[in-house]
Amino acid sequence: MKEKGWKECLWGGLIVDAGNSVLYKTGDWRSQKPIRDEKKCTDCLQCWIMCPDAAIKVKDGKVVGIDYDYCKGCGICSKVCPFDAIEMKEEGEQ
Amino acid sequence: MIQALSGNTAVAYAMKQVNPDVVAVYPITPQTVAMERFADYVADGDVDTELIMADSEHSAMSCCIGASLAGGRVMTSTASAGLALMWEVLYVAASNRCPIVMNVMNRALSAPINIHCDHSDAMGARDSSWIQIHAENVQEAYDNIIQAVRIAEHENVRLPVMTNMDGFTLSHATERLETLDDQQVQKFIGKFKAIYPLLDVDNPVTYGPLDLYDYYFEHKRQQVEAMELAYDVVKRIGQEYGKVTGRSFDMLHPFEMDDAEIAVLALGSTSGTARVAVRAMRQKGVKVGLVKLRVFRPFPKDGLKEMLKGMKAVAVMDRSDSYGAFGGPVFSEVRSALLGEDVEVVNYIYGLGGRDIRQDQVEQVITDMSTVAKTGKVKSYVNYLGVR
Repeated sequence: MKEKGWKECLWGGLIVDAGNSVLYKTGDWRSQKPIRDEKKCTDCLQCWIMCPDAAIKVKDGKVVGIDYDYCKGCGICSKVCPFDAIEMKEEGEQ
Repeated sequence: MIQALSGNTAVAYAMKQVNPDVVAVYPITPQTVAMERFADYVADGDVDTELIMADSEHSAMSCCIGASLAGGRVMTSTASAGLALMWEVLYVAASNRCPIVMNVMNRALSAPINIHCDHSDAMGARDSSWIQIHAENVQEAYDNIIQAVRIAEHENVRLPVMTNMDGFTLSHATERLETLDDQQVQKFIGKFKAIYPLLDVDNPVTYGPLDLYDYYFEHKRQQVEAMELAYDVVKRIGQEYGKVTGRSFDMLHPFEMDDAEIAVLALGSTSGTARVAVRAMRQKGVKVGLVKLRVFRPFPKDGLKEMLKGMKAVAVMDRSDSYGAFGGPVFSEVRSALLGEDVEVVNYIYGLGGRDIRQDQVEQVITDMSTVAKTGKVKSYVNYLGVR
């Protein structure tokens, strides 16, 4: 996204588009990346319940992936997984 | 209508005529009476205002910001330590572009505790991005409040305005003044136009989000621009007000400057004293003039340069000091505006904590300036007038 100059933006940091947090890709913050092992996953959805963002993608009651645009790498999903199906790896390592 | 009102009652009367949506206040000498009188208007049903009695000045200004962002016309009043306690939120009001109008009865800052006039309070807030207007007398204090509403709300400006007047010297002095009719005031200020109000729930907006190194600088640059655009707005509204009342206003008000060789520059009620001194010295054949600095923010740098270039000596009267700096705040800026001009600028810091400034003292300053003009020599650039 091209950053605007002072003549183009609204004053005082005013935001007039509601629901705009989707534009802010907080995945940039991540230093630890969760890697999910599909074979070990039983779709118990503990990770989906506990994720403080909405970074566990679920379709028809099954985990289909992790949304790395917004996952900040907190590691809660890995911690709560009863089947050790999510491993945290150093970002850039894999 | 011609009335005899004290500064405080004139402020309350002007606010009554503006009839703001919200006024949030906390009492502090010497402006308490203004708010007591305004509370009378609220109690008597003379205004439609929601009056909020806050638990501190910090809260009062915070309430004003909330009400302004919600979409209301908002006013308040304070002085001295009250203004100092608003410190943090003064910047929030300006940065969120809240067109709040606040009357400040200028009073010294503690310690030692002192209730009388100097400009330390207003000068401390000079970098907060509030427009600052100073009144010479009660008439101007009344006139400034009505103009301030228009200036603050102008779409090119959208900044809060602080109308200053000297504590006790004006706040507690009863003077003759001409007031407008309520309808004239309403016609002059017009209907308040909210821009992106929070109460427009069909169009939700967010004020005050986290603004880091990627955009904060741009938003500050916009405030610089608003101040630049305010020069023209202050002038035009001052002229328009003149058409209604016969009293026109500008950033700078010169007196006997046409053929002046030396000048005195002052703001607030001291310009009245200085005018009498200039008149007396003129009768003795001294070619001296007075420049009244009515608007301190935005600082009228170009107008000052135009008015003061060619002077042999200029005395700048500062009613506050900037400890450790080279002179008072007005002096620094006047000197800076005159950069490159061959004018000696000399600072007189006076009247701290309400010490009287007398006509003979200003006459002595004028005599000093005559000496500087004749000899080309300045004994001391920063002088303390009236201290023992």
